[in-house]
Amino acid sequence: MTTFKIKNRLAKDKLMLWGVCILAALTAVPLLAILGEVLLRGYDQLSWSFFTEPTPTAYKAMKAIEAGERIPGGIANGIIGTMIMLGMAVLVAVPVGILCGAFLAENSKKRFAQVVSYLTDLLQGTPSVIIGIITYIWVVVPMKGYSAIAGSVALCIMMLPLIIRSTEETLKILPASLKEAGLALGGNKARVMLKVQLPAAFGGIFTGVLLAISRVIGETAPLMFTALGCSLIRFSIDKPISAVPLLIWEFFNDPNLQELIWGASLFLLLFVLTLNLTAKYLAKKWNQ
Amino acid sequence: MESVKPILEFKKTCVSYTKQTMAVKYVSAAIERNTITAIMGPSGCGKSTLLRAVNLMHNLYQNIRVDGEILLNGENILSMEPIDVRRRVGMVFQRPAPFPTMSIYDNVLSGFELNGIKLSKAERDATVERCLRSVALWDEVKDVLNKKGTFLSGGQQQRLCIARALAMKPDVLLMDEPTSALDPIATKHIEELLLELQKEVTILIVTHNMGQAKRISSKSMFMYLGELVEYGDTETMFTNPVDERTKAYLTGKMG
Amino acid sequence: MNDKLYKVILFIAALIVPIVCGGVVYALVTDAYDAFEHFGFFKFLTSSEWSYTEGAEQYGALPFITGTLTTTLLALVFCIPFSLPVALFVGEYFKGTRIAAVLSTVTDLLAGIPSIIYGLWGFYTLRPIIMALNISPQGSGILTASLVLAIMIIPYAASLSAEFIKMVPNDLKEGAYSLGATRAEVIGKVVFPVAGSGIFSSYVLAIGRALGETMTVTMLIGNTNNIPDSITSTGNSMASIIANQFGEADGLRLSSLIAIGLVLFLITAAINMVGKIMIKRARIS
Repeated sequence: MTTFKIKNRLAKDKLMLWGVCILAALTAVPLLAILGEVLLRGYDQLSWSFFTEPTPTAYKAMKAIEAGERIPGGIANGIIGTMIMLGMAVLVAVPVGILCGAFLAENSKKRFAQVVSYLTDLLQGTPSVIIGIITYIWVVVPMKGYSAIAGSVALCIMMLPLIIRSTEETLKILPASLKEAGLALGGNKARVMLKVQLPAAFGGIFTGVLLAISRVIGETAPLMFTALGCSLIRFSIDKPISAVPLLIWEFFNDPNLQELIWGASLFLLLFVLTLNLTAKYLAKKWNQ
Repeated sequence: MESVKPILEFKKTCVSYTKQTMAVKYVSAAIERNTITAIMGPSGCGKSTLLRAVNLMHNLYQNIRVDGEILLNGENILSMEPIDVRRRVGMVFQRPAPFPTMSIYDNVLSGFELNGIKLSKAERDATVERCLRSVALWDEVKDVLNKKGTFLSGGQQQRLCIARALAMKPDVLLMDEPTSALDPIATKHIEELLLELQKEVTILIVTHNMGQAKRISSKSMFMYLGELVEYGDTETMFTNPVDERTKAYLTGKMG
Repeated sequence: MNDKLYKVILFIAALIVPIVCGGVVYALVTDAYDAFEHFGFFKFLTSSEWSYTEGAEQYGALPFITGTLTTTLLALVFCIPFSLPVALFVGEYFKGTRIAAVLSTVTDLLAGIPSIIYGLWGFYTLRPIIMALNISPQGSGILTASLVLAIMIIPYAASLSAEFIKMVPNDLKEGAYSLGATRAEVIGKVVFPVAGSGIFSSYVLAIGRALGETMTVTMLIGNTNNIPDSITSTGNSMASIIANQFGEADGLRLSSLIAIGLVLFLITAAINMVGKIMIKRARIS
């Protein structure tokens, strides 16, 4: 009786272990499936011109398909648009985010800082489509048109909480002795922050910025109502502009351009995942 | 003089964490029924490791090897099913750790719950009362049995953990420095309790505290660098140690 | 730079966050006002009409609220059988080992994939499978969207749950083992109860993620403006109706879409707040 019971319990224990292993391993399946599909369907579209030429018009693409040729053109307009908007967003979000993160780390006991901290969480949890609406109301409506500026504002709002959090957390785990030693040597708070704390926290903050970039670079919804998209290569910031995820969305909706989906997706996916892995690798390296 | 069959016997027991280093080296000793045996020695001497091996705690971690034999009532536990062994060998740890999600009542019965043994309400009530009485906790907690165990003081929590182990009616009770996290008064309570308990269970206790060993144990082991240096009557060991190392330890020149 | 100026600069930077949040609420409320005034707040939330025939415009949010809630709940149901094992794998069974690090990297990468690519995969791979299995004729719908959504929230639920599972004190686990429990029993009767509130809160935050997910749902849910009558039927979520119609809308319709945005914002904000507070409590205890 008891041996039977023990056997039973041990069998259950084993079943649980195998169940956990199998189900956990299964989560790798979608990753491999997505990577595989995008790689297989996208890699032969990648060519030099894919990165240097703008998107073809639907008419041109249709002609090419009818003639049985490859669709001409590429995603250069999207890449440039993404770079411009991301660059502007980083330019604002990084310094503001670091300062705000420093404020939270320095004043964590104060009521106001706790409110800011809660609101940072709130902002981080806000669906990206709502950031799109907000930017539309704030920027597109007053400027009377879609623009790269509007797109970058949306990306900036989305990056801000991520950078604030990573800065705050990195500064908080620095040993207090570091700051005290700096102050003891006669530095004022600003100098100690600038010359001692921030350099020591550089690794964590940099990783946070990389992760923030990788998080927003694939965002589509907020750009739909702000940057809108454009089939030309553009460098002006007050006009509609394209972005890689916006192009994917366009290709998805236009039967003539569907061939281009996978090349653009492959580019975006590799970019994002590389950024992700780099950030993780750097975080590990700097933690040692 | 009658020969008493030992309840627990170490035969050339070795424990190793890595291939090169052994934490416990060829320990052989026989433990008599219904005694308290103290295991002493400087930190890192392998006393806790030896104790944990009796409960097969090493099975929970990778890379720990136990060689030799450990006999419980003549059976080698190293070739037995861990969950079976652990039910017959109770263990009390250094820091009192009642299950925080369970009430005092459920904590006492947690061994049955964890082993999937169903008891009737009457059996449960009886077990709880018996075990809490034997750790002298009944009068203090009988009105708050449904409160969480973590509300109790450190000493009470540790007694609750002893009750939890006793509920399974183990043959042997292992105690790994059970009073090191407690204040002197709680320590005294536990010591008195152990002297009572040896009537029903054989106790093996690791302690840093020589006074404690002297007060409660009838037999003592002295371990040093993984070896069992000396094993015998506590009286004799304290008054007339055989080995120089034991003498050095007992006179405070070591560890 | 003296200390005073430094403090002022930090303060101003920190002020940005409340300003942005205040601005979000203010902008949503003022621009949604028309819709609420025209249809009435509760009427708007409970009406299932969505028609933009000129002169007879009728907008109600109920189909989209239903769509969002059903996709989110289904995604949660599909996600648990995988995220919980992942959390146990990383936080308990193989805690601190190389293989656990590999699995964490896999889930991190899953979290990093942009939602539009999830949408493509769902559309071009999962949808044909759903059709081939005769589950639904058009392939897209609540079920398809929820399945992909489930994959997207696995990483969030799993990594946070694993953190709480890791925090269960070794003392307690050893205590349970010493009483003769198997590992499965220790997990079921000690680890889960002790880490329970933390695990629960990580699922609350995962729900917060799923509620606002836009592109994947837009590409897979089928985009019909009626209340779904089964899990295989098509529908629209709050986020997907906005993504679909915002660009072409104006007047009352635009205001109605913004009103849906406000409702979505409030729901996610509430869920996230609850999740964060619960996590803080779970961390302290």
